[in-house]
Amino acid sequence: MLLREVQKILDAEVLVGADKLDMDVHTAFAADLMSDVLAFADSGCLLLTGLTNPQVIRTADVLDIAAIILVRGKRPPPETIRAAAEKKIPLLSTKYIMFESAGRLYAKGIVGSTQKVGGDRVHL
Amino acid sequence: MSTCNDWMYDGSFSVAGGNFEEAGKVSGKIKTILKEMGIQKNVVRMAAVITYESEINIVSYARHGIIRLRVQPGHVEIEALDEGPGISDIRLAMQQGWSTATDKIREMGFGAGMGLNNIRNFSDIFHISSDVGSGTRLKMIIRIPQEQDG
Repeated sequence: MLLREVQKILDAEVLVGADKLDMDVHTAFAADLMSDVLAFADSGCLLLTGLTNPQVIRTADVLDIAAIILVRGKRPPPETIRAAAEKKIPLLSTKYIMFESAGRLYAKGIVGSTQKVGGDRVHL
Repeated sequence: MSTCNDWMYDGSFSVAGGNFEEAGKVSGKIKTILKEMGIQKNVVRMAAVITYESEINIVSYARHGIIRLRVQPGHVEIEALDEGPGISDIRLAMQQGWSTATDKIREMGFGAGMGLNNIRNFSDIFHISSDVGSGTRLKMIIRIPQEQDG
């Protein structure tokens, strides 16, 4: 699915990356805990989060996450927007809550970047 | 591991305690270095996650720290050495969910007692030692799987 379709489904505002909406995405991870994002999100996935500080962008950059969707209508501080622009990571904001955002995307074919946690070795 | 001294890369990076704004910059650098060396994607990702969590720990708890990256053809070695309060009970600190994090750390999306576990899970070899009142030392080794035709 193209990022522009994700934007439509979530009625999201594009804060960074209006020129990157033709990017293709297939998977997503949703969490507010960055340690869990580091453990379970995969490169190329969407990150849904309610956290808005610049560490979200650093975390996404470490993992090569495709794009970030801020849920619950969260507005990031300027330093987060700056960091996203610097790293060229699209940053969108939706008023839908995390559960609703995930459900709407799942219904249209986006699946979890890790579907189930198992074993003590991290899924790659 | 080999005691051979001819590392393909050997470099150290300084991390200032308490500087939350900078946390993550060293892992960004290390990721770029490993990528440019042509190291496999999964290994780069593991090294970046390990370094990032180590940086968060140093920034959150220590006065100062050093992250050292060394690379040989067969493995990547990362050390995180800090000057700080140390950990009195390592067994407890390694328990998932156990944390002494402040609100500031939690606001950044960390401090849920996951960091050391993540570091251990993303390493092939993990070693931790600590002296109370002095500091903590982490050493992680990630094996670089050999190519089929190698």
